[in-house]
Amino acid sequence: MADENMSERFLHSLGGAAYFEAIGAQVVEAVPGRSTMRLPYAPHLVGNPDTGVVHGGVITGLLDHACGMAVGSALGALSSTAGGMRGIATLDLRIDYLKAAKPGADITVIAECVKITRQIVFARGRAFQASEDDLIASATGTFIITELRSGGIITEPRAGS
Amino acid sequence: MARAAREGTSVDINDLLAAVPYCAWLGVTGRVADGRVMLEMPFAAKLVGNPIIPAIHGGVIGSLLETAAIVQAVWDTKSTAFPKPVDISVDYLRTGRAVTSFASARLARQGRRVVNVHAQMWQEDETKPIAALRGHFLLKG
Repeated sequence: MADENMSERFLHSLGGAAYFEAIGAQVVEAVPGRSTMRLPYAPHLVGNPDTGVVHGGVITGLLDHACGMAVGSALGALSSTAGGMRGIATLDLRIDYLKAAKPGADITVIAECVKITRQIVFARGRAFQASEDDLIASATGTFIITELRSGGIITEPRAGS
Repeated sequence: MARAAREGTSVDINDLLAAVPYCAWLGVTGRVADGRVMLEMPFAAKLVGNPIIPAIHGGVIGSLLETAAIVQAVWDTKSTAFPKPVDISVDYLRTGRAVTSFASARLARQGRRVVNVHAQMWQEDETKPIAALRGHFLLKG
């Protein structure tokens, strides 16, 4: 029960992240270990004014967010965890920009949690527009599990940093 | 825009950044000293990814780093078009706090078709980077 609440709160907090909302992204589906989100094309996201192509950083942001949500929901679904209250921090994220995003078209991102270990969680993500068979970007992300203190403050991933 | 950047000292790096809608939206400005681009991004509520800490979203961090890499590549190569990102790898080193962020980059290798760029981002203390990027960008034109 506590873990279900955690999972819900986690999804809510990620779904409600200001940046995510400000770029106009929406969560399409979120189940433990997997998340799908969509970003409608918007003028303020353009990174190349000559072509109208969305900035690569926007795609990075979507993929980071989706991977984080997949990892967080997978952790939240684990009922055997003592304490249960855990957060995550991104250690690294690798993005391959497979092709330029087509201006004017929505971008869909799907992320999946690949492996959960005691301290580290691995995730993969992919982004596409018209068809999932025609990817515009792929991502590999590594996350470290952090602990939530009783006061609800997420512990720094690296003490003394 | 990129064409203007190569025309030298008379061009303000901020004209380049202001012409990119997403960079303008992020609030990124910059300056160049000794050929080195330094970007600055004030904190804004819309940049938050984790409201509990609060912390800047990982995507915003990636965005500023990638922008630093691209602008430095434009500057160094005198490119007439924006380099296209091929791949990037971002290491998240410390929490991005609710304060002003800075980023700079250097070309580790400048080839004829592709550049390898390293970028770093920091806040109060340049010796304590909050994130680092390594990436490849294709040159055009």
